[in-house]
Parts: sequence; structure tokens; C-alpha cells
Amino acid sequence: MIQGLKNKTTSRRNFLRSAGLTSTALFLGMYLPAGAKTSKVVNLGDDVDEDGIEMNPWVIIDTNGRVTLVSHRAEMGQGVYQSIPQIIAEELEVNLKDVHIKFAQGNGKKYGSQITGGSSTIRGSYKNLLKLSATARVMLIQAAANKWKVPLTECYAEAGNVFHKPSGKKYNYGELVTDASKLHVPDNVKLKERSEYKLIGKPLLRKDAALKTNGTAGFGLDKRVPGMLFACVERNPRLRGKVKSFDDSDARAIPGVKDVFKVTMKVFNTDREGVAVVATSTWAALQGRKALKVFWDDSGFEHINSTDIYQRHEDILKNKDGLVFKEQGDVNSIFSQASDKLDVIYQTPYESHAAMEPLNCVAYYQNDKIEIWGPIQAPDWVQDFISKEFNLPAEKVIVNMTFLGGGFGRKAFLDYPHEATLISKQIGVPVQVVWTREDDIMQGPFRPGMSYRCEGVVNNGKIDAFRMKLAGQNMDNFQSDDRSKPNESSSEGFLKPYFDSIKNISIQDVPFETPVPVMWWRSVYASTNGFAYESFMDELALAAGADPIEFRKQHLNNDRLHKQLDKLIEVSGWKNRKKNEGYGMAITECFESPVAQVVKVSKNPDGGIKVDHVWAVMDCGWYVNPDIIKAQVEGSIIMALGAATIHEITFKDGLPEQHNFYDYHMPRITDIPPIDVFVMDNDADAGGVGEPGLPAFSPALTNAIFDLTGKRIRKLPFSLAEI
Amino acid sequence: MITLNVNNKNYEVDVDPNMPLLWAIRDVIGLTGTKYGCGVAQCGACTVHLDSEAVRSCVTRVSRAEGQKITTIEGLSENNDHPLQIAWNELSVPQCGYCHSGQLMSAAVLLRENPNPTDEDIDDAMAGNICRCGTYLRIRKAIHLAANMQKNGNTKG
Repeated sequence: MIQGLKNKTTSRRNFLRSAGLTSTALFLGMYLPAGAKTSKVVNLGDDVDEDGIEMNPWVIIDTNGRVTLVSHRAEMGQGVYQSIPQIIAEELEVNLKDVHIKFAQGNGKKYGSQITGGSSTIRGSYKNLLKLSATARVMLIQAAANKWKVPLTECYAEAGNVFHKPSGKKYNYGELVTDASKLHVPDNVKLKERSEYKLIGKPLLRKDAALKTNGTAGFGLDKRVPGMLFACVERNPRLRGKVKSFDDSDARAIPGVKDVFKVTMKVFNTDREGVAVVATSTWAALQGRKALKVFWDDSGFEHINSTDIYQRHEDILKNKDGLVFKEQGDVNSIFSQASDKLDVIYQTPYESHAAMEPLNCVAYYQNDKIEIWGPIQAPDWVQDFISKEFNLPAEKVIVNMTFLGGGFGRKAFLDYPHEATLISKQIGVPVQVVWTREDDIMQGPFRPGMSYRCEGVVNNGKIDAFRMKLAGQNMDNFQSDDRSKPNESSSEGFLKPYFDSIKNISIQDVPFETPVPVMWWRSVYASTNGFAYESFMDELALAAGADPIEFRKQHLNNDRLHKQLDKLIEVSGWKNRKKNEGYGMAITECFESPVAQVVKVSKNPDGGIKVDHVWAVMDCGWYVNPDIIKAQVEGSIIMALGAATIHEITFKDGLPEQHNFYDYHMPRITDIPPIDVFVMDNDADAGGVGEPGLPAFSPALTNAIFDLTGKRIRKLPFSLAEI
Repeated sequence: MITLNVNNKNYEVDVDPNMPLLWAIRDVIGLTGTKYGCGVAQCGACTVHLDSEAVRSCVTRVSRAEGQKITTIEGLSENNDHPLQIAWNELSVPQCGYCHSGQLMSAAVLLRENPNPTDEDIDDAMAGNICRCGTYLRIRKAIHLAANMQKNGNTKG
């Protein structure tokens, strides 16, 4: 945590200049002292530099009163660009428009984990941000009180000023920062009550919308560096093969092509081989790549077929015991005595992330220093990895985050910055590596396809025994050789309080591997587990003859969840529905936020099924901006609709069979049902927002289709038109 | 040399006449608001106007654009104040934002040709533009809002 920095004063001055700030400022940061449980607010002025705490500025106020926040997390659509300033402005008592965001460079030592994943940006940092901002406010008020020589209690802060109540005198923050920066940092500053909030909890408009409507938002692909060249790479289409040889004579004849060479990037613990074409424009690089002839050696690994994957899943689910994730009670004895037992298999597909901004990265290798710019979800991981691979100290690897044109987990990975750095090193100039849409869809890593064997017995309206066996690739296996542990996300998506009410329960992971690389995809295992667990709950409710929501409530002894389900009943008109009218529900939990949904479907006059309406109730505890939450849940539902009914990645002879949006179709505006999102109000700690809206949708949809048609869908994706 | 007129400014570009307009605009002229999404006219992220008509610049050759007026997102309005841009801001439409240059350029042609679009008209006109974040419901709402602004001759909804 603590590390000396040679010339902190210069470094701070440079930082201020680069952020467009005046040279004197109040710098406050957070750090966790060794052995302490809670983070401390520290003044990052000169004294602290002498104490040797690495500069870690999170909030900076300069003599113009300009407030700058250094965001250590990426903006990839989830709204941090708006929600973090909203938190700061609240406790600091400044106008929202005066808070500016600067994205941090990768540096895990300074900022702690920077991975924008697990829906963790707000839930992981809001307490620190509140404390930091409130501490700054108190120091500014103290500075004013000292100047006026009046008691602190006679002063208050508002809209970037400190006022002296009795006299009406005021100072703006800019006039106070020099004095405030010399004050001792107070401990345990009192934070506002929720009822006192003026900004937090309000549906304020997004600050980044302006940049995203006139073409000025800088995404990775928009990064330009003087002298930069462009590159495309023909990578092994079977993902694991080697370059046997290549003929680049035609490629080199394309005007603009500068060089062609082999490049081998790391994909987890495997090597991905390809041939890079470097040129003066993206188009020339693409043309050169098209003219290239590469001969592959595809021996030494299995060329997998999707049909075999799911057949093997079924075989091992029927014939093998798994690694035990959870075991309580005695499932086996109940199953052996039961006259009626449900025993079914659910399946979900492999998926690509297909963010609208295809993968890309700019790297500039300069012997003793590497600089990287790109749409990067985990700049600290990239810094660590590149520093090890290229044998440079971490501080010589500078990783800059641009805006991300979507991430969904894929851009937390290290392969594309690695490949870009290798290419820049070879060619000796900065280079932007552009992945085509085909590269982005076909090269993975993919969300793993999963199969679930679900067995259950109900007795007197309650679940007596429940066994879930998973088969599918474990994302952790690519980073570890340890095969002794079950998938640690085996029950992700399933509500924890179920474990208290279902006395006999067994969850097992049956190991399964293929050469296909797999990786997090929005809401991770909850995105597939949710479908199996919550569809099966619907089957159990039916077997118990119970109303699906009442059945959940009976098995969830938890007031907060009951309130959420009651809200769902109220907003969806659940109690007024008629028998088999096409209503289905599901409730899942992801990253500490349960989300409950009702889907209403009907028969299309032209055949098939139409989704009429979706109601979603999100409980993410303490929250910042309900409009951003609603947008995230709407988007999550639409992404789930695609994965449930429109797209999947399949493999034949080791090759992904989908290429671009003409065969890996996306939901379009014509596919979207009305969606109403409701956010629960309570005082619980903040949960995730960007992902938890996704998992409940597909089971709520297929449960609704069962209600309408009696047809139980156990394999995704399926076509709504063909039911 | 080919002369391209982009946002009422002439650029002399020395490129293969077969180069898609997208790459000429982004890599040669240096206007990066127009986005690459698929390269095969499937997603609409690269939509620009060619003599006021929406085209997918990823499949439109530079030779075809020569002598025509090309408008990109940077030229949609002077101050980010086209009714659609105002509506997009008022409803916080963008999430990641990557597709919205193309969404706005498609919507601008719709609104010019059909000042009072129904939901169905909007769906027809916008079905070629993919948004992976799923902002479609807000896009629809924002187009209605912009239509109202345009009708009432004011800039606020």
C-alpha cells in the first residue's frame, strides 16, 4: 500500500497540470493503513509526501473551486460517469456541474482493485466516496471558520461556498483550499442521513450523454497517437492451432501495408498464434490480411462439435457424481423412497459478448517504457501482466482507460493489450490493433455452454429434496491447474435463503473441459444458473399445486424478499391474472442484488409467441440514481432476451459457426416489449446494478410460455416464432 | 486525389477509390464520431448522410461519395442542439454510447421525412441500428420527444 515516490511534488504538479487544475489544491485520498479494518482519509499535500504515502488522489479541489474526481473504474455504459459525481457533489456540497471526472491509469497499488466487473463500482466504493467528500467539506468549513475567527457551528457549506450564518459572509471553496490543505484531517466525520440527500437517490440526467450524442466521446478505437499505424491479425480460427507457414507476398503488395509478421499472444495459459498485418490505415491492414495466405497446424487438440458437448454433458450428468459444492440433509434417502420425483435437464448456449465496440488496443513500446490506451475493464491487471511479460517495472507500464463501447466481461481480459504491445515492439512505433466484428464474435473467450440436471421431490406443498448437478466449463480452470474444487459459482443466481428452508439439498459440479476458452459474460454464472434453478422452481411449484410467487415466499424466510415479491405482485397485476393467461415469474440474485420479474406472453395471431410485457423489481439497497438503475435493468433484460431467443455460438469441427451480425443476430428495436422497472427503497448496503437484472428474465419468460401453452422449454435459445 | 465534402468542408484524400467511406472519414480525415461496428451494413453504427440520405459508410465506397455532401455526427448540428440530440440528452438515452452516432443519423432522416412518426414508423426506420446495451425503448421515446419539439418549433420538449 505504502511506497515511496521519488519526486512527489513534481509528480503532483504534473498531475494537476494534466487535469487542467491550478497548481495549489486540496488533495484528499483514501488508504488502508496496514492492519487496519477501515480506510483512512488522507491529505495528499506536502506533509504526506514526506511520510511516504504514495500519491493516491481521489478528490481534488483547486483554487478555482474546480472539483476533480479520479475514477479508478471504467465507464462502459453502466453510468459511473454520472453516479460517482452525484455522490461527491452530495457530501461535498458542490454543484454537480462543477464535478469533473478523470479516469485513472492502471495502478493496483494506488487504487486497489480496478476491475470494472461484478457490478462493483458503486457498491465497492460508495462508502469511501461519501466519507472522502464529507471530510473535504468539513475541512473547508473549518478553514473558513478559522479565517473569520468564528465558531465552526456558525458556518455551513452550500453549492461550493462556505457561509457564516449570523453575518451572511461567504467564501467560495477555491478561496479556502490553500488553508484547508494545511489542516489536520478529521476522523469520523458525520455523514448525511438519507433524508437529507439533495442529489443522491434522484433520477438526474447522465453527464456523458452530451459527449455521446455529438461524436466527441473518445472510445478505444478513436484513440490517435502521433506516428501511429494500424494492424489487423489473422488468428487461428480453431483458437488453438499453430502457424505452420504463411505467404505474405500478395499482402505486402497492397498499398499502405508496412509489415507482416507472426504474433503469439497469451490467452490465459495457452498461446494464440496469428499473423499481423501492419499498415497506414485500418482499410489497408484489412486488405493486406485478406491477401494473406496462412497455413495452420491444427493438430494436438480436439476439434469440438456443439452436439458432442451437450451429449457429453448429458452422459456425465447421468453417470457421474460431481464435486460437492453444497450438501445438507440426506437427498439420496428421500429420492430412493419418493414415489414421484422430478428429474430433468436444462441447457444454455455458448455466447459471444459482442459489445458494439469491437476489441481494439493502442500500444506504444519504447524499450524502457510501454504505454497502452484502450477500452479496458481492468487497467491494473493489464499493467501487472504487461510488466511481467515484457520484464519492465510496473511504473514503466502506463495503462490508460478510454470510454468503453460496451464490455460485458470481455474487456476485462488481457489478450488484446498483450497482442498490441507485441506488435508495437516488433514494428517500433505506436500501433492500433483493430479486431473485426468477425474476430470479436469468433475468437472468444465465450460464455460457457452449460447443462443442469435438476432433481426434486415435493411433499405437503414444500420442497423435500433438491439436487442440482452442473456440467459445463469452469471459467477458473483456464487460470489454474487445480481440478479438485467444484465451480465456486455453482449456485450463483440462486437466492441464499432457499438453503435455510430446503433441508435436503445437494449441489454438485461435474467436471467438464474442452479446448474452447471461456470467460465472464454479463452476470456470469447467474446468467445460465438462473434459467435452470428458477425454471425448476416453477416445475416444483406446479408439482406442489402452488402459486409460483407464493411458493417462492414459502421457501424464502426473509422480510426484504417478501416485500420485493409483494411489490412484484402489485405492479404486475399478478393476482388479477386468469388461469393459463401467459404469466411467468422468477427471482434471482446476482452481486448482492435480488431482482424479481414477471413476464406476460400471448399467442401471436400469425403463430408463435409474443412477449407482451415485462415487470422487474430490483432491490439494490442504497442507491444513487434510479434512472440509471432502470436503464441498466432494461438493457439487461434485452440482453437476456437475445441470449434466450435469438443468438448462440455453436462449434463444428472446432470452428465457431457464427461470424457477424447476419448469423449472430442481436435483438433489434422491433423485438422489444414494454419493460417497467421498479426500484425498492430500503437502508440495506448497496448491491450491484449493471448485471443483476439479467438472470431472472429467461426463466420468467419460459415459465410464462409454460403457463400459456403447457410447453416446458428446457433448452436455450429457442425461437419465439416456432412455438 | 479525391475530394470529399464532409460537414461542408472539403478534404483532399489520397486513398484507394474502393476504400469504404467509413475508413476515409475515421483514419484519413480524422473524424472519429462515425463508428465501425460490423463492416457489412448489419449494425448501423457507421451511418452517415450522403446528400441527406442515410447510408452505411462501411459499405459505401469513397468513389461513390465524391462530389456529394457528406454529413457525419459531428455535422448534425452546430451546438449539439438538433432536436434529436436534445431529446437524447433529456432522456439519458446512451449507455456505453458507441452506437448512438449511427442511431441519431438514422433517426434524423426519419424525422425529416416523417415529422410525426408512429411507434411502427420508428421501428421500421431504426431496425437497421443495433444497440447492444438495449436502449431501444428510450430511443423510441426520444424520437417522439424530438418530433414534438420540432412540431412546436421550440427546443424543449
